[in-house]
Amino acid sequence: MKLTLKIWRQKGADKKGQLESYNVEASEHMSFLEMMDVLNEELISKKEEPVAFEHDCREGICGTCNLVIDGRPHGPQQGTTTCQLHMRHFKDGDTITVEPWRAKAFPVIKDLVVDRSSFDRIIQAGGYVSVNTGQAPDGNAIPIEKDEALSAFDAAACIGCGACVAACPNGSAMLFTSAKVAHLGKLPQGQVEHAARSKSMVDQMDAEGFGNCSNTGACEVECPKEISINNIAMLNRSYLSSIFGSNK
Amino acid sequence: MSLTGLFLISFLFVHLIGNLQLLANDGGESFNTYAYFMTQNPLIKTISYGLYFFIVLHAIQGLMIAAKNRSAKGYKYSKKTKENASWSSKNMAMLGILILAFICIHMGDFWFKMKFGSLPMKTYAGFENEVTDLYGRVMVAFQEWYIVLIYLIGLLALYFHLAHGFQSAFHTLGLNHKKYTPIIKGLGTVFSLVVSVGFAIIPIYIYINSL
Ligand code: HEM
Ligand code: SF4
Ligand code: FES
Repeated sequence: MKLTLKIWRQKGADKKGQLESYNVEASEHMSFLEMMDVLNEELISKKEEPVAFEHDCREGICGTCNLVIDGRPHGPQQGTTTCQLHMRHFKDGDTITVEPWRAKAFPVIKDLVVDRSSFDRIIQAGGYVSVNTGQAPDGNAIPIEKDEALSAFDAAACIGCGACVAACPNGSAMLFTSAKVAHLGKLPQGQVEHAARSKSMVDQMDAEGFGNCSNTGACEVECPKEISINNIAMLNRSYLSSIFGSNK
Repeated sequence: MSLTGLFLISFLFVHLIGNLQLLANDGGESFNTYAYFMTQNPLIKTISYGLYFFIVLHAIQGLMIAAKNRSAKGYKYSKKTKENASWSSKNMAMLGILILAFICIHMGDFWFKMKFGSLPMKTYAGFENEVTDLYGRVMVAFQEWYIVLIYLIGLLALYFHLAHGFQSAFHTLGLNHKKYTPIIKGLGTVFSLVVSVGFAIIPIYIYINSL
């Protein structure tokens, strides 16, 4: 299949970027990233600069293959990362626009690669549980209800890709932050620091320059792991109790 | 944001019920005596100053958040193929500004004229005090098609603002539940419709009657 790609090219963080057009011949069995590889090989053979984009696992679990495809983070397919998106979802002759994540807290480093270290600092601010040292505890010492375990696991499915921020018209990181807070706070081991964790992670999110959540719900639609905005309501609740509650 | 928004919502409800008395076929007696009560009662006076304060607070906070959010995004994608959020939810600030402009026009027309203008006074049998004829002013105003149009635009903006705002306020407060959230969402839609259609009936009815 013959495709026209309009790709965001930007030489460096402080350079201006623009969309540039490329033609590429791909097979419908390729993943989107393999199609990008074909383009880059052609560029290299023509002694041109290949397009910089991030990728690692190529199996939908690392959260680095972050491209905005035709205005949608991770492309048109619901619940998939870019590496799991296949070219059979496009038609011969299509023009596809490829841009980097956009948010002030995710500055572009080069072409399609953005700096997501702001997410790491949100995790450092509270994404952990404190445990006593010593013997490894017995695996079943703390009984956890099945429903609780499942909903904590749903939140834990977040791969930290940042599609939620890229989709959000406010550039807010609430879905990511709430997924982390819910994943820990829904389990007894994470309960102890739940309210304080919510406050410190939200404060760090604000300090990084992410916007405020106005409940548009765009994040939930684009999240490749289909994390629910119910987690955001849970985070709002524990954030409020960190301010007004006794459990600081 | 959510608390001031919910306060304004509860105000709208009371305001609507009071104003529907305009439609009573009694030459304005029930409405004018109601308006008199609302302007004299010290409790209502205190609440109304609180209301002005909350409108201003809500507007300032909302616009500040919207400005900050816009700069936190900083860039629009060059291509959009599918909407991933409702139109209302993305245009709260624009809708809010429309509502604010409407409130200013609305206050200038009725409240300002009642407080400082020279509206004629009226007396009704069975009511000892002389009352301002606000009813008469309303009847005159809504004979002009452009005033009716301004009201309809204001109410349309209000509808869209509340269509997102009502349920959003509950989410912001962390009130989310498998069973109740769908009910809150349904209630929000019904409330936005009832309030905007309810208010819209007043100018439309008066205009048609004046033809
Ligand atoms: C009678 C009038 C109004 C009512 C009943 C109302 C109600 C609400 C409600 C319930 C919310 C949702 C709050 C939340 O999600 O936390 C909201 C949000 C908002 N309102 Fe209003 N509002 C009114 C007037 C205004 C005015 C005059 C403005 C601005 C000039 C405004 C600007 C905004 C903005 C920007 C938001 C979004 C805030 C956010 O992102 O959290 N509103 N409003
Ligand atoms: S919540 Fe979803 S979109 Fe956001 S970082 Fe996690 S996996 Fe990515
Ligand atoms: S490359 Fe790891 S999720 Fe796509």
